[in-house]
Amino acid sequence: MHSGGGGVSVSAGGHGHARLQHHFDDLEQQREASTLGMWVFLCTEILFFGGLFTTYVVYRQRFHGVFAQASRDLNVVWGGTNTAVLICSSLTMALAIWSAQINRRKLVVLFLLITMAFGLTFLGIKTVEYKEKFDHHLVPGPHFHYVCPPGEPCHPEQAEVFFSLYFSMTGLHALHMIVGVGLLSYLLVPSWQGRYTSDWHNPLECIGLYWHFVDIVWIFLFPLLYLIGAH
Amino acid sequence: MNSSDTTSAELALDRPSYLHDGYGWKSWLLTKDHKRIAILYLISITVFFALGGIFAMLIRLELLTPEGDLVQAATYNRLFTMHGVIMVFLFLVPSIPATLGNFLVPLMIGAKDLAFPRINLLSWYIYVLAGIFILWALIHGGVDTGWTFYTPFSTHYSNGYVVSTALGVFIAGFSSILTGLNFVVTIHRMRAPGMTWFRLPLFIWSHYATSLIMILGTPVIAVTLMMVAVERALNLGLFDPRLGGDPILFQHLFWFYSHPAVYIMVLPGMGVISELIAAFTRKRVFGYTVVAFSSIGIAVLGFLVWGHHLFVTGESVYAATVFSLLSMLVAVPSAIKVFNWTATLYEGSVSYETPMLYALGFIGLFTIGGLTGVMIATLGIDLHLHDTYFIIAHFHYVMVGGTIMAYMGGLHYWWPKMTGKLYPVFASRLSALLIFVGFNLTFFPQFILGYLGMPRRYWEYPPEFQVWNVLSTAGASVLGVGYLLPLCYFLYSLFYGKQAGANPWGAKGLEWATTSPPPTYNFDYPVVVDEEAYEYAPDARAVARQEAHSA
Repeated sequence: MHSGGGGVSVSAGGHGHARLQHHFDDLEQQREASTLGMWVFLCTEILFFGGLFTTYVVYRQRFHGVFAQASRDLNVVWGGTNTAVLICSSLTMALAIWSAQINRRKLVVLFLLITMAFGLTFLGIKTVEYKEKFDHHLVPGPHFHYVCPPGEPCHPEQAEVFFSLYFSMTGLHALHMIVGVGLLSYLLVPSWQGRYTSDWHNPLECIGLYWHFVDIVWIFLFPLLYLIGAH
Repeated sequence: MNSSDTTSAELALDRPSYLHDGYGWKSWLLTKDHKRIAILYLISITVFFALGGIFAMLIRLELLTPEGDLVQAATYNRLFTMHGVIMVFLFLVPSIPATLGNFLVPLMIGAKDLAFPRINLLSWYIYVLAGIFILWALIHGGVDTGWTFYTPFSTHYSNGYVVSTALGVFIAGFSSILTGLNFVVTIHRMRAPGMTWFRLPLFIWSHYATSLIMILGTPVIAVTLMMVAVERALNLGLFDPRLGGDPILFQHLFWFYSHPAVYIMVLPGMGVISELIAAFTRKRVFGYTVVAFSSIGIAVLGFLVWGHHLFVTGESVYAATVFSLLSMLVAVPSAIKVFNWTATLYEGSVSYETPMLYALGFIGLFTIGGLTGVMIATLGIDLHLHDTYFIIAHFHYVMVGGTIMAYMGGLHYWWPKMTGKLYPVFASRLSALLIFVGFNLTFFPQFILGYLGMPRRYWEYPPEFQVWNVLSTAGASVLGVGYLLPLCYFLYSLFYGKQAGANPWGAKGLEWATTSPPPTYNFDYPVVVDEEAYEYAPDARAVARQEAHSA
């Protein structure tokens, strides 16, 4: 890690490092800039999902009972499995960065591959779930058909709002997962070539931040969508 | 204009200017130089400004007579929608930040480039892609929802190309997010040694505040328009009242961005005006620190006022009262700026160069726009004026009288820096005058029309309103000429203009310390800052008066 605090930083990879872009003074400045850039981008992402979360909160207040009722149609086992998968993937992502910090390039590649495998597992399970909803006519639109549980208040149209939110929120999240897997695959070749070392592994760190962010979004989505009916 | 280019002669080393560092189309379309990207933006923005202007002219021509004769209602709806969408999202939002900001932010803080040059280029390509989406919709018949895309009309009933246009705006949003992100990181991490926060030009402060809004506001409209698009295209029910969905929720989400977006449009303009006032009074802007923080204040308060667009939607009276008060609060930091600019003029060596004419015009017009904003933030008055031409006049005073005046002023001020050429003085002063007169003639009658009760977005109106509409249309013609003139003489100056020299205005600021046009990496020497912003030599008369006082 760099120790270039304050003033002039003459860190291990100062001027003339191969990874230093022309418009930065030194690697420390370059590292700080891209990390800050990633954090700022994640702020944007929070607000981006925020619009959907706000919509969810408004309708959850308004259609309190029906949301809990419709939530029972989601498969908690699949959802729970996916939560576990993503938490594990966050761990392997962190391990990939750690491997770069101790200069173990093969380990970096290995952990990246495991992270990608977890990501793809998540997407696979998500596909199975979507297919299930499709088969049960729970995809909003002309073919939407919600069967109310007997003996409970019946508002299929409100359930349709729930499933609309379910598909837009998990869909947007899945889109972020796909982008994430793409970004990880982009890291593979340079990792294999040993470009990410204790000196400099900034792309790894930034994409790692993104990956953790996408995981955290799911950590919020899972209880909001799957667990509200389970009491 | 006195061109003191002793420094420029010294600086003219062997390095070519950014304009001569490569010539082929690749050297432009694949450039990572913030200055070239600024030029790319300048060209594309001008194209969309012209397009939006054509729609404005058609609107004004239709409103020349009370009857719907030039176009019918359906066409008219498309005209004002396309005018709004193009002007807001493809011109006003990117105008100053993406052109002047892109060009000047690194120069003013003594950096070689923005922090992420590739992302900067990407933002331009995203902008172009957004433009293509919107043009595609336009060519296929346009959209008739108004630039606000209100549901459920936009999601279920509109007969236009809503999805393509909404996606265009969605995409344009990412271009502006990336620009904002780049500015924030650059301003934090790329300042030259000695360039402390309180030595930054006020242009930088206002761009920092703008970037905050871009980063935090734009994603919300992006996701909101995405919801409109999926509701329309994929039948999801997010705002659909038939399912119990809430169209008013859309308005909340829309204005959560679109009100702060007003400050995205006007804050950079305020930054430009601060620079112009300092340069042409030869004084430090009065109350520098307060003006700097007022930008941040506007950005923060701007996020808390969106509800004033919903006064007539059945919003709770308590919410409405709070929104009304908060909206009036925005007037405080705005007024701080106006008063401090005016105070800067006091005992300054004021010179009336073209950019200064625009700056003075801005102060007057923005004041009218701002004060009428306080009027319509008042609950009772807003009920009377809501959706009338008073609103149209109000926001055009802020957007056109404010932002475009500042944009034009900024272009005239930095054109010699960007191109190395001087433009004709007389023609440029004439254009400033024409724009000021034409603008007022166009929009002042609209205040009266609105107060009398003429609603916005109608293609015909009762005959008693005609006289004001004729005045307005006449003004629009003058305004049109006023905008065409600079296009002509700027192009002329590229070929026949005199060489500008490094600092034609004798202004302070790092951008004037390098050559015009600057070399690719901006400075041929390591930049170290050892003085405050706008440190002009004190005016002789002011010093004399000061001494007389203390004697």
